[in-house]
Amino acid sequence: MIRNLFAFLSGALFGLGLLISGMVNTAKVQGWLDVFGDWDPTLAFVLGGAILPMAIAWRVAERRKTAVLGGALPAAPDPRLGHNLVVGSVLFGMGWGLAGLCPGPAMASLSFGGWGGLLFLLSMLVGMVGAPMIRTRIDRLATA
Amino acid sequence: MIEQDWLWGLAGGLLIGTAAALYLLVNGRIMGASGIIGGLVDGSGRATAAERIALLAGLIGLPFLGAMAMGPVDTNITENPAVIIAAGLLVGVGTRLANGCTSGHGVCGISRFSLRGIVATVFYLLAGGLVMVTFRHLLGVI
Repeated sequence: MIRNLFAFLSGALFGLGLLISGMVNTAKVQGWLDVFGDWDPTLAFVLGGAILPMAIAWRVAERRKTAVLGGALPAAPDPRLGHNLVVGSVLFGMGWGLAGLCPGPAMASLSFGGWGGLLFLLSMLVGMVGAPMIRTRIDRLATA
Repeated sequence: MIEQDWLWGLAGGLLIGTAAALYLLVNGRIMGASGIIGGLVDGSGRATAAERIALLAGLIGLPFLGAMAMGPVDTNITENPAVIIAAGLLVGVGTRLANGCTSGHGVCGISRFSLRGIVATVFYLLAGGLVMVTFRHLLGVI
């Protein structure tokens, strides 16, 4: 129960951060990606601001054996890159640019995103369901 | 208000980072939106489903309350359904193939100097930038 409470709290802070930073506004996200247009630097401040407390948290995590509520802390990052990381990130970036939405803000704006926000979320879920099948195809191509 | 956008961005970013720090140190998990949702969609996260749903409830619930308190929120989501569907499918497939999105690879990955996080972020930023050049400036569709 207490795990769920802290998960809820993390999600709430995440949502509040996305709301006040303006990252639920697709125009600001597309404005950041549009370096040849009316460039909007806000996203750099959001990412920079988010990395700061997280960098400290990773240093603290290094000195701990378990999480505060028990259980393992995440394993060290996988050093292998692999084709799926690159292909997936390119596909994700394309979708991110097209609509100005990524998974966090898409969730956060569910209550006020209208039919467009809902259609995006549904399409994203369909994409997630289909991803393992596409991964198998890409792996087959990569090893062929 | 407009001139202070960067300040709101920084403040919001600090909140997002604090949320991720809390989830890491207290629950021992990485706050990556696509992974949290994806694990529920494909069943790989069934063992931790309650925790995932609780996080998503906060992620949806607080902006809902915020919007109630502050009034209408500008989302400027495109009204072109074809663009929305294409974008959603690309984001869904892409984040699962890459095993992460802006929060997982960007915020949580870069902050621990993960090579995967840095490489992913470079590629999705480049792809997003190229889409803006192609679809906004050359084709004028978005």
